[in-house]
Amino acid sequence: MFKESGGTSGSPAGRQGARLDVRGGRAVHELSICRSVADIVARHAAGRPVTRVHLRVGALRQVVPDTLVYCWELAHADAAGAEVLAGSVLVVESVPAGVRCRRCGVHSELAVPILRCAACGTTDVVLVSGEEFLVTSFEVATDAVEA
Amino acid sequence: MGRFHPHANSQPHANSQPHANSQPHQNGQPHDHPHKDGHARPPGSVGDHSGYRTGAERVEVLERILGENERVARANRAAFDAAGVTVVNLMSAPGAGKTTLLAETLRRLAPHRRIGVIEGDIETSLDADRLDGFGASIALVNTGNGFGGECHLDAPMIASALPRLPLAELDLIIIENVGNLVCPAEFAVGEDRRAMVFAVTEGEEKPLKYPVMFRSADLVLVNKTDLLPHLDFDTEAFRRNLDAVNPGVDVLAVSARTGEGVNAWCDWLADPLGAPGAAPARR
Repeated sequence: MFKESGGTSGSPAGRQGARLDVRGGRAVHELSICRSVADIVARHAAGRPVTRVHLRVGALRQVVPDTLVYCWELAHADAAGAEVLAGSVLVVESVPAGVRCRRCGVHSELAVPILRCAACGTTDVVLVSGEEFLVTSFEVATDAVEA
Repeated sequence: MGRFHPHANSQPHANSQPHANSQPHQNGQPHDHPHKDGHARPPGSVGDHSGYRTGAERVEVLERILGENERVARANRAAFDAAGVTVVNLMSAPGAGKTTLLAETLRRLAPHRRIGVIEGDIETSLDADRLDGFGASIALVNTGNGFGGECHLDAPMIASALPRLPLAELDLIIIENVGNLVCPAEFAVGEDRRAMVFAVTEGEEKPLKYPVMFRSADLVLVNKTDLLPHLDFDTEAFRRNLDAVNPGVDVLAVSARTGEGVNAWCDWLADPLGAPGAAPARR
């Protein structure tokens, strides 16, 4: 159900073709989004070293998960107070867009950003997922854990 | 659509126990907690993670990524409301004709209404210079100067421009966003309404390629209609594509060059429905 992108940097693998097309802009906002994520996590980490950061991003967000992952290191490298993020990995959980039909009640997952019921074809639908944009959790290294 | 409203699942987990496992996904399950039903978990999956010796601790956050921008946007909105000024965020691709349309708008409206313009541009004051002389108050925000060359205006940038506008004296502020079909759509700035300028030269398929921008608009201005005789632009296909991503959105055909539709656009700007307090709480 969920797709994930992970890694600190390097070649973005497995980009979704349809979403690659949207990178027409000369600059990307993923970097400033990563800065927002870094601020949030650094605040909650309270000095503890962070190893992984988990995001949940809906498919209807104009955000490319692999670009987020690529920008992550840049975003916190020079940020004050973000030293706890050094070496951390961003993990993006992609949530598909889903609609519920007001006519027939069927829930459909959208492959393209067209708000339409897959069962009866009407556009009289309610969006139930796809706009998520959250820092869900992060992991911090601890000195020792009792087994 | 409530794009920037808190999500239903944005509350912290009721179960705030730290997870001891550093594996995001155990035993091939897509996710430990799907978050669809108030964070209910299968019986037995909660609590006892003591068998994992991984030296990591999971901290649940569930915080909106753009929460800080949204907070500043709400503060901007409060300042706009207190001053009794309506704010429209005008967005488009580069070259769609925002500035020309804005000049024609000021030519018609500025004699009757007190208008402020916040002009976003990556490096130059060229656009702001073109809007000089109409009697509007103009505040330039160069996103390439001190803001890291951003491709959009965000709420803090708008906040930084507010002291340079006589807010209490204005009826209307038009924010000319940075020309870009991707980034500005994600950043609320405290506006009442969003309008986007789409030029017929861009092609009728664009709503499907940039759905977030087209979905976020309250009004789509189809500009450069004077060029239609020279193009293969399929107006009906464009409307179908637009309806696919933003069903029933208002559309206005305009030509900033010939003046077609510009009065109707000015009427939309002056629409009392857009006045503070009367606008639907979309963002």
